[in-house]
Amino acid sequence: MIGVENLSVAIHGTPILRGVSLQIAPGEVFGLVGESGSGKSMTALALMGLLPEGAEAGGEILIDGRDLMRNSEPDWCRVRGNDIGMIFQEPMTALNPVRTIGDQVAETLTIHGAAEPRAALEIARDRLDRVGLSHIGMDAYPHELSGGQRQRVCIAAAIALHPRLLIADEPTTALDVTTQAQILDLLSALVEEEGMGLLLITHDLGVVAGMADRIAVMRQGEIVETGPTAQVMAERNHPYTRALLAASSHVPERAAAQRPDPLLQVEDVRREYPGRREGFRRGPPIVAVDGVSFTLHEGESLGLVGESGCGKSTLTRAILGLDPVQGGDIRLFGRSIVPQMPREMRAGIQVVFQDPYGSFNPRWKVDRIVAEPFHLLDAPPRGSERHDRVAEALTAVHLSPDDMAKYPHEFSGGQRQRIAIARALITRPRIILLDEAVSALDVSVRARILDLLAELQDGFGLSYLFVSHDLTVVRAITDRVMVMQDGRFVETGETEAVFNDPQHEYTRALLAAAPRLDLAS
Amino acid sequence: MLRYLATRALSLGLSLVVASVVIFALIEVIPGDPASYMLGLNATDETLAALRTELGLDGSKFDRYLAWVGGMLTGDFGVSYTYRVPVAELVLDRLWVSLPLAIYALTLSTLIAFPVGILAAANRGGVLDVAIMGGTQLGIAVPNFWFAMLLVLLFAVTLQWFSAGGFAGWDDPLLAIKSLTLPAVALALPQASILARVMRSALIETLEQDYIRTARAKGLSRRQAVLRHALKNALIPVLTIIGLQFSFLLAGAIIIENVFFLPGLGRLIFQGITQRDLVVVESVTMLLVFAVILVTFLVDVAYALVDPRLRRR
Repeated sequence: MIGVENLSVAIHGTPILRGVSLQIAPGEVFGLVGESGSGKSMTALALMGLLPEGAEAGGEILIDGRDLMRNSEPDWCRVRGNDIGMIFQEPMTALNPVRTIGDQVAETLTIHGAAEPRAALEIARDRLDRVGLSHIGMDAYPHELSGGQRQRVCIAAAIALHPRLLIADEPTTALDVTTQAQILDLLSALVEEEGMGLLLITHDLGVVAGMADRIAVMRQGEIVETGPTAQVMAERNHPYTRALLAASSHVPERAAAQRPDPLLQVEDVRREYPGRREGFRRGPPIVAVDGVSFTLHEGESLGLVGESGCGKSTLTRAILGLDPVQGGDIRLFGRSIVPQMPREMRAGIQVVFQDPYGSFNPRWKVDRIVAEPFHLLDAPPRGSERHDRVAEALTAVHLSPDDMAKYPHEFSGGQRQRIAIARALITRPRIILLDEAVSALDVSVRARILDLLAELQDGFGLSYLFVSHDLTVVRAITDRVMVMQDGRFVETGETEAVFNDPQHEYTRALLAAAPRLDLAS
Repeated sequence: MLRYLATRALSLGLSLVVASVVIFALIEVIPGDPASYMLGLNATDETLAALRTELGLDGSKFDRYLAWVGGMLTGDFGVSYTYRVPVAELVLDRLWVSLPLAIYALTLSTLIAFPVGILAAANRGGVLDVAIMGGTQLGIAVPNFWFAMLLVLLFAVTLQWFSAGGFAGWDDPLLAIKSLTLPAVALALPQASILARVMRSALIETLEQDYIRTARAKGLSRRQAVLRHALKNALIPVLTIIGLQFSFLLAGAIIIENVFFLPGLGRLIFQGITQRDLVVVESVTMLLVFAVILVTFLVDVAYALVDPRLRRR
């Protein structure tokens, strides 16, 4: 039995966790749910004795009556990887790029003196087989593996010594839905086989609903509600739990009015990348987008779903006129989109990306960020007109015109996404391309941004091309949807029809893999 | 790996060809005729012409370029106008001073910089870090010839542990190393300061990576995480600097060689320039270019050894 009693953490005097208590039994999956900044990850780091510098912790962390809070650093080193293992959100960067995977799994054993190097490698092989990597060599390097495979390596390293507790901090957030489902299945199976406890930390209620025995909902460093999963999901005693559940299945109200004028026409588009170098020649080109056609009408919201590598980003880049197409034609207002197209054409189609912070120059103030697309116009507004236009765009996304004088770091993630939307609106485009635009946001922030997008669509008559791997969001905001696999559309149709009665097996597989709230039992 | 090496080797070869053309062209456009310089103002036209023929200064430029390159490929670097001995011989003598000096200084600088840089990174923001950063700042700021003179004053004049200058020759290796010690220390100080700072910042960046957190979650102590996971990843920028420093040390030690009266390559090329001994200048420059390009190639090979992602290219 692993217990946390009245855990509190403060960093430089600022309280981060307040009186957190939880119990995890062997063989139990305990879900810790909350939005970013709620203290989920800090709880995990406290359990690992890996709190950041300047943190002061109080309370007790008990393993079989032993209080880990009294541990010295060498004691903690014996606990980590041995009694408690941990895996993290970003499998792409969680492994050392210059060491083989076998070596990194075996290290857990050698560092604790559990096996001689040779024996450790044999055990590592066995653990890698167990997590489903029997076809991958021990001498493979992380860059040769996919994200899902790397997460499996991390799991193998974390369970190599059969820990009592495995902490999984957003283990599948960075992965595609089908990969996510496989990793969650693996974790469930391991919990059963090993009889270990699993602390599953996630912002995604769907993930814990299908998997956790008990859950705790965290908010502002406190657990506001805890209990058996089915009970919490059914009773929703705390208002925050209710708000969280409502936000995660939020569907914005949208007007259905559409005019059948085609704005963007994509006809039989083909995108290729040069093939692998083979000596002095190149192999056959790699086809990323293969004969794709669709039309985006005025006032319409069109979804494009698919997993990483399916070609949706490549298609997106071609639609924005960033890369040339190798076949077919993309027409905006009847004119072909090519990288050499005139600037004012670009003003008609704007884009919002997943990570607004990465697309802002941190040294620019908001007014300069928002006004930047003006350079696409032949006669950009100046002086007070420019100021008014920026103020108008900020007001449209429910920010204050006073925010113009601030820098991006002064805003929260949701506010930054609003700035990105304001920037996209500034040239008064007809089409906005939303590339995973809400994927990095918490559920409640996401719900508000979706509402905003619906409102702007009604107000400005915008058309959206909504690119996402998140099926719930696509279902909530789009009229029609296109499912992409290996560079082709395998299914297209009215969103509700496709979701309710998928025709293609890939669509069915995607829907089956997606975490669902109603699975709590 | 083989393809990576092949492309690096190809780029090495091409760089050499381009460098040889540039050096040859530069020497050609420098004003002044070596023959008239050597014979003085009173030389007759006949003697000048005779000397030109002897020096191989007549004939078309293209022929002379080919002859120069062909000669170098067979180890014939021409004959020095002023010394009247084969350049190869001159260079070889000097190389026995400059190469050991460069290796000596680089070894010292690496031996100092690695532990110092690692210590600073591991104690980031602490007293030790601040002290090390201050010290290295000083090491970069102090001119090495002035530091060299201080070394001479202290260790040669006052303590009399080392001689103040000159080179003892390799007949007695211990004595040779001893006479190279003070110059090597003077050269190593600024290099070590730069390298330690690069090591520190590369390591700090690596320590913030996710895989360090993974390593700590497996039960590695901070120290083990630094040594087993961070160090190798931090090596790429450090190797780049080491490569640049070696090239610099081989040719850039002119001032230090002068302070310590060392018969090195730097002094040879300096004399060659002042005396219009173009054959020497041309050949030594080419040799240095070759050394720099070769070191760059070796650094590229070292990258591939450190980083598996480069091997598959």
